[in-house]
Amino acid sequence: MTHAAAPASGHYTSTGLDNKKLAFWAFIGSECLLFGSLISTYLVYKGHSVRGPTPHEILNIPVTSVSTFDLLMSSLAMVLALAAVSRGDKIWARVWLGMTALLGLVFLSFQFYEFSSFVREGLTIKTNLFGSTFFTLTGTHGAHVAVGVLWLLTLLVRSFQGKLGPEKALNVEIAGLYWHFVDVVWIVIFTVVYLIQ
Amino acid sequence: MSHPAEHAEHRHPGTGTYLAIAAVLFIITIVEVGVFYVPAFKPVLAPALLTLSAVKFSLVVMFYMHLKFDSPLFRVIFTLPLLLALGVGIALMFLFGAFGLRH
Repeated sequence: MTHAAAPASGHYTSTGLDNKKLAFWAFIGSECLLFGSLISTYLVYKGHSVRGPTPHEILNIPVTSVSTFDLLMSSLAMVLALAAVSRGDKIWARVWLGMTALLGLVFLSFQFYEFSSFVREGLTIKTNLFGSTFFTLTGTHGAHVAVGVLWLLTLLVRSFQGKLGPEKALNVEIAGLYWHFVDVVWIVIFTVVYLIQ
Repeated sequence: MSHPAEHAEHRHPGTGTYLAIAAVLFIITIVEVGVFYVPAFKPVLAPALLTLSAVKFSLVVMFYMHLKFDSPLFRVIFTLPLLLALGVGIALMFLFGAFGLRH
């Protein structure tokens, strides 16, 4: 057997990798299957609704493009937060963590606006196959964003408590992995659901 | 032994790379929306958008999630379920006639 190496956390493991990070990548792998099944279900039932509203009648591309840009920029803020925490820069760590959480909240506000306008226009989760698959897919994604925002706010509070130094960079990196995964899922949803109608 | 934070700093790209990736992501998103609105692209809309989406996906995973710089084991743990999900999706679409091959 090869020599075990020390991961960034300082603990020695047989893989030389941090167990928390390894487990989190496995979790992200399982999330790929969850979202893969939801996106597949949406695609399988696409165009099978017997009554409207249909995607091209109701989806608002300009608004969703802005929310997509918002989520992409939140990923930039997240990596800058990790870089700041890693170099022990408390001020910028707080700025970028707060910015990431804020951009996440803006994305959720866009989604709330979109959902409520759809309901006003007669599309609910019970209206047709499009409504059922659309709300299930984007709602599950939105729930993931909400969890991410809570996680980021927790890190922000820990930072203000002085408990988020460079030695805790791995915790921020794992939160970042989650956040970026939520971002890449949206990249796929934006293309498959909104742009390819 | 060096400080853990130094390990992280050495493995990960710098702020300039992060900003460059963000700029590329922004430009690709604009191109995607542009392609959607230009009627001339209608025949190649799906392949063009899926390609652009795949580029964005790869950039975020490789640079922001640091998969390009981290252990190959992480790449395997992420890529295998991703390919499985893709395969299941394609199989389901064939089964349910989404490609027009059922009848």
